[in-house]
Amino acid sequence: MIGFVESLRLWFAPGRVREEGETPDYRFSLANERTFLAWVRTALALVGGGFAVDQFLPDLRWGWRVTLALALLAVGALCALRAVNHWVRCELAMRRGEDLPVSRFPALLGLAVGVVALAMVVIVLFGWAD
Amino acid sequence: MSGADHSAGTPSEASTHVRDPGLQPERTLLAWRRTTLSCTVAALLAGKQALHGGASTLGLTAAGLSLLLWLAFMTVAHRRMRALASPRPDLMRRTTALGAVACTVGLAVFAVAVVR
Repeated sequence: MIGFVESLRLWFAPGRVREEGETPDYRFSLANERTFLAWVRTALALVGGGFAVDQFLPDLRWGWRVTLALALLAVGALCALRAVNHWVRCELAMRRGEDLPVSRFPALLGLAVGVVALAMVVIVLFGWAD
Repeated sequence: MSGADHSAGTPSEASTHVRDPGLQPERTLLAWRRTTLSCTVAALLAGKQALHGGASTLGLTAAGLSLLLWLAFMTVAHRRMRALASPRPDLMRRTTALGAVACTVGLAVFAVAVVR
């Protein structure tokens, strides 16, 4: 969490990153940017999934539908915020010549998506009610 | 958008640099392109959602809002893609990353508001 607060400060203080360490090869920065974009696409897909659940499963009970949609939307928003945080931290690590930050976020996201998918299968199989 | 001030080399070095054999700028540009496509899909779903209950004032406002978010994302992406057209592009700016993420989070927040 302390790392998160530190990088949150860095989000809003451009130029502070440049004071640290030395500029890495621009290709590494571009690779970091592509990773960031891949996470943004993941976030957009989750948000789109939230919209889709709400629109394309109209026969589902209201509670289930809204819960699933909100879960997907929340994970999508979290994923987007985490994308920019991770990008900043990777950029800093590269400048300082440190190891790249490790994170359990991908594993947690994978689990969450798996749980939502499973819930959807169960709900679609058994939950077509009233 | 000045190209040389924070890239590694001097301006003359940058201009004589032919191209990156790994085509990193092009790959990054295409990653932005894919991301704009994802954003378009999400924004279309948002617009459909907003107009779901007919063209009421609220629905039209919501649709306009998602259109605005989409346009903002396209502007951010377009500016970055122009910068990536140079053989040795600058580091992505903080505002670019925050702008793209703000649009994504905005779509999610908007979705929460119109979920029914």
